[in-house]
Amino acid sequence: MNAINNTNLLSRDTLALSRREVLAGGGAVIVSFSLSPVHAQAPQPQSPPLPGSLKETPLLDSWIRIDADGSITVFTGKAELGQGIKTALLQVAAEELGAGIERITLVTADTARTPNEGYTSGSHSMPDSATAIRNAAAQVRDILLARAAERLSTEIDHVKLRDGTVRADDGKSIGVGELVGDDVLHVQAQPTSKLTDPANYTLIGKPVARVDIPAKVTGGVAYVHDLRLTDMVHARVVRPPGYGANLLEVDVGKVEALPGVLKVVRDGSFLGIVAEREYQAITAMRALAQAARWSETSALPDPASIYTYLQGLPARDVTILDRGTLADASNVLTATYHRPYQMHGAIGPACAVALFADDALTVWSHAQGMFPLRRAVAELVGLAPEKVRCIHIEGSGCYGHNGADDAAGDAALLARAIPGRPVRVQWMREQEHTWEPFGPAMAARISAALDRGKITSWQYDVWSNSHSTRPGTAGSLLAGLAVAKPFPEPPPALIPQPEGGGDRNAIPIYTIPNARVVNHFIPGMPLRVSAMRALGAYANVFAIESFMDELAKAAGADPVEFRLRHLDDARARDAVTLAAEKFGWQSGTTPGRGRGFAFARYKNLAAYCAVAVEVSVEHETGEVRLRRAVAAVDSGEAVNPDGIRNQVEGGLIQAASWTLYEQVGFNTQRLTSRDWSGYPIMRFPAVPESVEVHVINRPAQPFLGTGEASAGPAAAAIANAIADATGARIRDLPFRRQRVKAAIGV
Amino acid sequence: MTTININGQSHEVGADPETPLLYVLRDELALNGAKFGCGLGQCGACTVLVDGEAVYSCLLPIAALGDRNVTTIEALGTLAAPGPLQHAFMQEQAAQCGYCIAGMIMRAQALLQKTRSFTDEELRAHMQPNLCRCGTHMRILRAVRRAAETMRAAELSTKHREATR
Amino acid sequence: MWRLIRNALAALVLLVVIGAIAFAVIAWRPEIAAIAAPPQRAAFDRKDIEQGAALAAIGNCDVCHTAAGGAFYAGGRSIPTPFGTIYATNITPDPETGIGEWSETAFRRALRQGVARDGHHLYPVFPYDHFIDVTDVDAHALYAFLMTRAPVTAPPVPNDLPFPFSWRPALALWKVLYLRPARFKHEPAQSQAWNRGGYLVEGLAHCGACHTPRNAEGAEQRDQKFAGGSSEGWYAPALNAASPAPVPWTADQLYAYLRRGDDPQHGAPAGPMAPVVHNLARVSDADVRAIATYLASTIAAAPGAAPKPPSVALLAATPGKDAAEVFAGACASCHSGAPGAVAIDLAHSTAVNAPDPRNAIRVVLAGIMPSPGEPGAMMPAFAGALTDQQIADLMSYVRGRFGHEPQWGDLVDKVRAIRTGQEKS
Repeated sequence: MNAINNTNLLSRDTLALSRREVLAGGGAVIVSFSLSPVHAQAPQPQSPPLPGSLKETPLLDSWIRIDADGSITVFTGKAELGQGIKTALLQVAAEELGAGIERITLVTADTARTPNEGYTSGSHSMPDSATAIRNAAAQVRDILLARAAERLSTEIDHVKLRDGTVRADDGKSIGVGELVGDDVLHVQAQPTSKLTDPANYTLIGKPVARVDIPAKVTGGVAYVHDLRLTDMVHARVVRPPGYGANLLEVDVGKVEALPGVLKVVRDGSFLGIVAEREYQAITAMRALAQAARWSETSALPDPASIYTYLQGLPARDVTILDRGTLADASNVLTATYHRPYQMHGAIGPACAVALFADDALTVWSHAQGMFPLRRAVAELVGLAPEKVRCIHIEGSGCYGHNGADDAAGDAALLARAIPGRPVRVQWMREQEHTWEPFGPAMAARISAALDRGKITSWQYDVWSNSHSTRPGTAGSLLAGLAVAKPFPEPPPALIPQPEGGGDRNAIPIYTIPNARVVNHFIPGMPLRVSAMRALGAYANVFAIESFMDELAKAAGADPVEFRLRHLDDARARDAVTLAAEKFGWQSGTTPGRGRGFAFARYKNLAAYCAVAVEVSVEHETGEVRLRRAVAAVDSGEAVNPDGIRNQVEGGLIQAASWTLYEQVGFNTQRLTSRDWSGYPIMRFPAVPESVEVHVINRPAQPFLGTGEASAGPAAAAIANAIADATGARIRDLPFRRQRVKAAIGV
Repeated sequence: MTTININGQSHEVGADPETPLLYVLRDELALNGAKFGCGLGQCGACTVLVDGEAVYSCLLPIAALGDRNVTTIEALGTLAAPGPLQHAFMQEQAAQCGYCIAGMIMRAQALLQKTRSFTDEELRAHMQPNLCRCGTHMRILRAVRRAAETMRAAELSTKHREATR
Repeated sequence: MWRLIRNALAALVLLVVIGAIAFAVIAWRPEIAAIAAPPQRAAFDRKDIEQGAALAAIGNCDVCHTAAGGAFYAGGRSIPTPFGTIYATNITPDPETGIGEWSETAFRRALRQGVARDGHHLYPVFPYDHFIDVTDVDAHALYAFLMTRAPVTAPPVPNDLPFPFSWRPALALWKVLYLRPARFKHEPAQSQAWNRGGYLVEGLAHCGACHTPRNAEGAEQRDQKFAGGSSEGWYAPALNAASPAPVPWTADQLYAYLRRGDDPQHGAPAGPMAPVVHNLARVSDADVRAIATYLASTIAAAPGAAPKPPSVALLAATPGKDAAEVFAGACASCHSGAPGAVAIDLAHSTAVNAPDPRNAIRVVLAGIMPSPGEPGAMMPAFAGALTDQQIADLMSYVRGRFGHEPQWGDLVDKVRAIRTGQEKS
C-alpha cells in the first residue's frame, strides 16, 4: 500500500504542505530550468517531428527525473479528471523503464514542475502526453543502459534495466541513481525511440488497477475539496441573480458581524465572504445575498424558438468541405436536428484553494489547464505570471469547461484580500447549475440524394456558438467580468478543422462523391457556453447517424449494411462489424423493443466507436428506457483496456442521460435549471440492464484517446432505436416522454 | 459544545448546533469521505449512516443527532484492510472521478446491513437517491452485488464452522 | 290465535317476497350482449382517439387501472378503502380478461351507472357518481381510446372485502341513495372556460372524489362539497371557501400548478395529486385553463387577500431552540424564503396551513421525487435522519413560525402512525 502512496500525487505528504513549504516554492526549482520555451531549444527544422508533446517540450528531464537515490519521477502536463490517465501514463513509463508502476512517482499539471501541455481535453492525453512520456522513457532507458554498459565495461546488448537496477549478463549491477549525474537526462529528445516490442509487454495492454481508486473508496485525500492547509479559511461567493446583473448596493454591516466572518470582499459586482468555518461562510453568504440589491438588465431569448433565434444571429460561415457537384434540391431528402443547451453537471460543485503571500499566489484547482489558468489568474490579480503557481488537484468529474476555472479566479481574488491564509472556495449547487458554461444549443440541417442505394450527394449545415470560451485571459473568468474595472471578454473562439468545435465531426466519414459542409459559427452567446465532452461531435454525430438510418430506410437497406456500403476505412468497418456481431444485430429484437445502431470516428482522426442499443418505449407515456448497449471501440494501442471500457461505458451512459432527459431550462428572464430537480439526470432505476464494451486493441499503433468517442454514437443509436420501436423519427433532443409521446401519437 | 458519536468515538465539537453534520465531519474531524454535492438532499454525495440508516449529512444538523451513532466510510476499512464494499469497488474498478463513490458505498452499506439478498430492481431502487455523473452505474451495481456475495459467503462459512464445531 | 300468527307470518313472508322482488327489480341489471371482437382502430376517427386520450388523462384512468410496473390499463392495482381492498380491473380490449367484449352501450352504462357488461354492480371507488355527467360524445371518445390500446391478458384480482360489502347487489341501494345525475349545470352567465371547467371538474376529473369529505357509506357529502377530503392517507385540501392556502388561489396560479406542477405561492403536487398533474401534461392548454378557471371560482370565497401574518401567541407557543436549530440546518437551505431559494417559502405552503398535518408529515418522512427524467419539485426524505419527536417538534415549529392557524395536536403519535403505516386512510 506504500506503493500507492508513492505514486499518488495526492498522498498526505504532498497535501500536507505547510505554508512555509509553499512559500519556499516546494520543489518548483527542481526542473524549471528545463521548461524553457520550445523555440529556444527547437530541433533542427529538417529533422522529423518529435512524438506527442515532446514537440513542445523536447528535453527528456522535463518528463523523467531520476534522483541519486534511484527514485523515478514522471512529469505530465495533463491532469487526472477521473478518466484514469495517471494509471495509463504510469503504465507506459513503467513499461519502458522496466520498473513496476509502484516505483514511479507521477506529478501532474503544475506550472512550477511539469511541462505545459495546455488543457487536458479533447481526448488528447494519450496521443500527446502518453506518447511523449513513453518515448522519453524509452530514450532515458537507453541513455541509462549506455552509461551502465560503459561503467560495467560491457556492451549495451548485455545489460538490462529492471526495477531500478541495470544488470549485466555477467551478474554485475548498478543502480540507476548512480548513473544520472552530470545532467545526463538534460538532453534533447530524438524523433524516434526504441520502444518495447509488444511481444514483451508486461504492463501495456494489461488491465492495471487504477492508482487513484483506493483513496477514493476509503476516504483518503483525493480532491481539491479535501485540501486542508494550515490556517485555511473558508469562502463563498454571492453571484448575481442572472447574466449581466450589476450589484447596486449591499449592506455588509450585519453580515460582517456574523459569527466567524473575517471579511466581506466587494469589488464592483464581485461579492464574496470569508469566514473561519465553512458553514459560517455559507450562513454569511445567504445573509449577504439577502442584503444585496442588483440591477437585472439581461433578457434571454424565448426558449420556444431558441434555434430560430440563434440561426438569426450574425454568423461566420466557413465551408469546411466542398467536393463535386450537389444534387439539385428537388431530388433530395432533408432533415433538421436540434440539440439544446446541456450542462456538465459535476456532482461536486467547483472548488479551489488559493494562498496569497509575499506577493506571490498559489492556486490549487481542478481546472483543465493550469498554464492557461495561471495566465488568467495573474492578469486578474495583477501579478506577473511567474508570481503565480497553479497546481492541479482532482475535482469532481469535469466533462469539459465547467465552473472550475471561475472558482479558481474567485479564490484568487478572495485570497488577495486575506493575505497569508489559504482560502478555500466552493460553489453552491445552484451556482454551478446556473453559472457553469453550458454545452451550446445547436442546429444541423442535412440534405442528401440517393441513387441505387448509395448516397450520391450530401449537404450539411451546422449552426453553433463557440465551443471554447476557456481562459485565456482574466476576461474569461466570471470574477474578471464582475470586478469594478472589468477585463475585456475575449471574442469567442472558432476551433478550426481538422478537430473543429461546433463542426467537430460535421464532415461525414462515409464515402460520398459530392459533398459540401458549412459551419455557421455564431459569435453572439445568449447563454454562457463552452467546451462540453465531445463538443459539436455529440450533435453532429447524432444528426448524421440519425440521417444515415433515414437514408437506409429510404434505400430499403439494413442500417448496418448501409453504413458498411459507404465505409472504406478498414478499422471503421471492423468496429461496426464487431459491435453488430456482439449485439446480435442479425437476430433482430425482442418484441416491443427497438434496436438502433450508430458509428463515428471521433474528430474523424481519433478513436473509432460503434454502438448498438436496444430500447423500450412505453406507448402510453412515451417513456424511453435504454435496455442494453454494446459498443466496440478502437483507440489504437490499448494501454489500459479496462480504463477504455470504463470511459466508453461512462460516456455512453452519460450521453444516454443527455439524450433522454437533459435540457437547460430557462425563460425570458432567467435560467430555471437551478438544481437537480430542474435539471434531472439519469438515476439508477433507469440505467440499462447491461452495457458491454469490446476493445479492439491495435498494438504498436498510435494512441488515439477514448474519453469522448462514445457520446455521439450513443445519442444516434438511441434515436434510431426509438424510430425502430415506434416508427417515429425524433430529431430534437432530448427524448423526454412528452416529446416522444407527441411523436408516436395515440 | 455538542457531543456527537462518530465511528464509535465520542467527539466534542464547537460548531454551532445547527451546523449540518457534513461540515463537522469534513472540517472539524478531517474526514474526507462525505462530500458536498448539492446541500439540498438531491444527490447523495454526502451520505453517511445514522443508526444504520442512510442519511444526507448535508441536511442533518448536529443538534438533531443526540446519542445516535454516525458511521462514515472511514469506519468501513482502510487502504491496508478495506471492508467488503470498499474491496468490491476496487475489484470492479467502480469509479471514474469517484466523487460520488463514498456516498454510494454508504448507501449500499445501509442495504447490506439489513439484507444480503435482493433483486437487481430492489438494489436500483435502493440506490435511487444517489447520483453519479460519470456513468459508472453498471460497475457500482456490480460492486454492491459482489460485496453482498462476499458477505453471504463469509456468513455461510462462519455458520458452517459453528455447525461443525 | 294460531290463525292470527299464521296470517302475520304469511304477511311477513309476503312482505319479504315483495321486498325481495322489489329489490331484485332495483338491483338487477341485464347483461348487454358481448360483441364478437373489439372494434378495429379503423372503426374510429383518429380525432376521437386523440380526444379520448386527453379525456382519459383528465379522468386519471391510468392511475387506478395500472399496477405498479404493470401494463397500462391492465388493472391489478390495489385500492385501499375503509371497507376493504378493491382491485382495479383490466380495461384494455382483451376479450377474456378486459373489456374487449364490451359494446359502446355497455361501456357507457359502466361509465355512468357503474354496471359491468354482464350486469353486475361496480363499486363506487370507480367514480361513476361523477362520470354520470360525461356526454355521449366524450364517452365515445373514451371508448375509442380504450378500445385501441394494446390488449393485455390480465385476469382480475379478487377483491378483499368482508361481507356484507362483498355482496354486490347491495350497491343498488347505495346508488338509489347517492347516484344523482347532473352535478354540473351549465351557467350561461359564466364564461365558456368556466363552463367547460365545471363540466370537467364535476364530471370526468372527479376532483370531489378526494377533495370532498365522505360519509359512513363512503359517499361524498354533497352539502360539504370541496370542503376537503382524504386520499391514500393524504389530506386533500378544501377547494371551497375553507381552502387552507395562505395566498388565495388565482386562476393563473391554479393553471401554473396544474400545468407545470410549479406554483411558488402554494406548493408542489405530492402524494396522490402528483400523478394527477402528471396526467394533465397530456391535456390541452385550454382544458387545463378551464379547470383552473372553474376551481378558482369554487375557492373564490377564501378569506383574506394577502397572507395573514403569523400570530405572536402562536410563535411563543412553538417548541424551543432544538426545533429552530433543526429547521436551520435541515430545512433552511431550500426553504429559506429568500429570493432565489430553491423551494417554496413555507409561509405560502398549503401543507403548513392545512387543518391536518398529514401532508406535511408525509413529505418530511418520504420526500418528493419527480418522475424519472422529468423536471419537478423534489424534496429529500427525512425518515432516516429525524426521530418521530424531532419531526413532531419541527412540525410545531414550522406551523408556529410560518402558519396562520392554531397548532396541530398529537403530532408525535401521528408521525409514528404514518411512519409505521398504521395511519388510517
